[in-house]
Amino acid sequence: MLDCLTLIWTFFKVGILTFGGGYAMLPMLQREIVEKKGWATEEELLSYYAIGQCTPGVIAVNTATFIGAKQKGALGGFLATFGIVLPSLMIITVIAALLRSFAEYAAVQHALAGIRVAVVVLVAFSVWKLMRAGVKDGFGWCVFLLAFLVSAFLGLSPVVVVVVSALLGLLAGTLRERRAKP
Amino acid sequence: MKLLIMCLEFFKTGLLSVGGGLATLPFLFQMADKYPWFSRAELSDMIAVSESTPGPMGVNMATYAGYAAAGVPGAVLATFSLVLPSILVILLVSRFLRRFQDSNLVQRVLQGLRPASVGLIAAAGWGILKLALRWDGGAAPGMWISWKALGTGAMLAILYYFCGKKLHPICFVALGAAAGLVMGL
Repeated sequence: MLDCLTLIWTFFKVGILTFGGGYAMLPMLQREIVEKKGWATEEELLSYYAIGQCTPGVIAVNTATFIGAKQKGALGGFLATFGIVLPSLMIITVIAALLRSFAEYAAVQHALAGIRVAVVVLVAFSVWKLMRAGVKDGFGWCVFLLAFLVSAFLGLSPVVVVVVSALLGLLAGTLRERRAKP
Repeated sequence: MKLLIMCLEFFKTGLLSVGGGLATLPFLFQMADKYPWFSRAELSDMIAVSESTPGPMGVNMATYAGYAAAGVPGAVLATFSLVLPSILVILLVSRFLRRFQDSNLVQRVLQGLRPASVGLIAAAGWGILKLALRWDGGAAPGMWISWKALGTGAMLAILYYFCGKKLHPICFVALGAAAGLVMGL
């Protein structure tokens, strides 16, 4: 029972502290889930993000479901998701009911511009940390650079990137095995 | 009846939008055309609100659209219909992964996925970087880059380098918001 409440509360915190999309959630997940709770490793987080980008739905929810399911099975998946959408439900409902022009206030726009700068800094350091967990050899560097370049500058869909890199992983693993066997 | 149709529409959106919050937008615009629940113009306002409030953007959009269509019950139903397909699919995938995590095949696939995942996250960071420093139009006239934003970013980065372990990430978000307000970013 207590575990369930902890699960909801932890993801509630992650939800309320995240501004933007799934990538903005990453620094919060690293702090709350990996460092504080130890519910997942950085390697696992990377796998969840990759899979979350090519399965249906919002990446933040997909990642939360993964971590919740790892802790407490199907129930955990539901509870983690419930926790992460709860802040949205409360805050957005209030704004939609009372403050329809919320986003037009100059103060909100200035604060948001500042938040964006902070999110860039946080994501940059997150990527720095994740490099150690995810990019370990020459093959890793090639895939990392390729994924970054085609996604940032060619605007290729993440789905394509994920599928191709999965195939590359298979291919590299098979070649390595071939070479090991004389 | 309206609520039932709404559930189905948001379930469909959750099932078919692959790749994060922004992927839900085309489906919401379709809904605006098809039903009298909310208009395309309202949706544009919702995007602004969803970006400037806590929570994943895709979820925020669904909550807002659901509220516009049918009040509080609409908000709750839309949100849960949107996330339901995700939960079901991920539960299946995670069960599969756990059962086959030691298999060579899964290990090799993950070996390709992890570096790609870092690359994709870095690319998302690159996208916000352009937006945050206003490379694509928002900077003051005649300026290529917003120096105030760059300065704020540099200060925050230095602070993170020295105190990143002690300070919670939300402190940096709060400092960023404060800097934005004070300097009028």
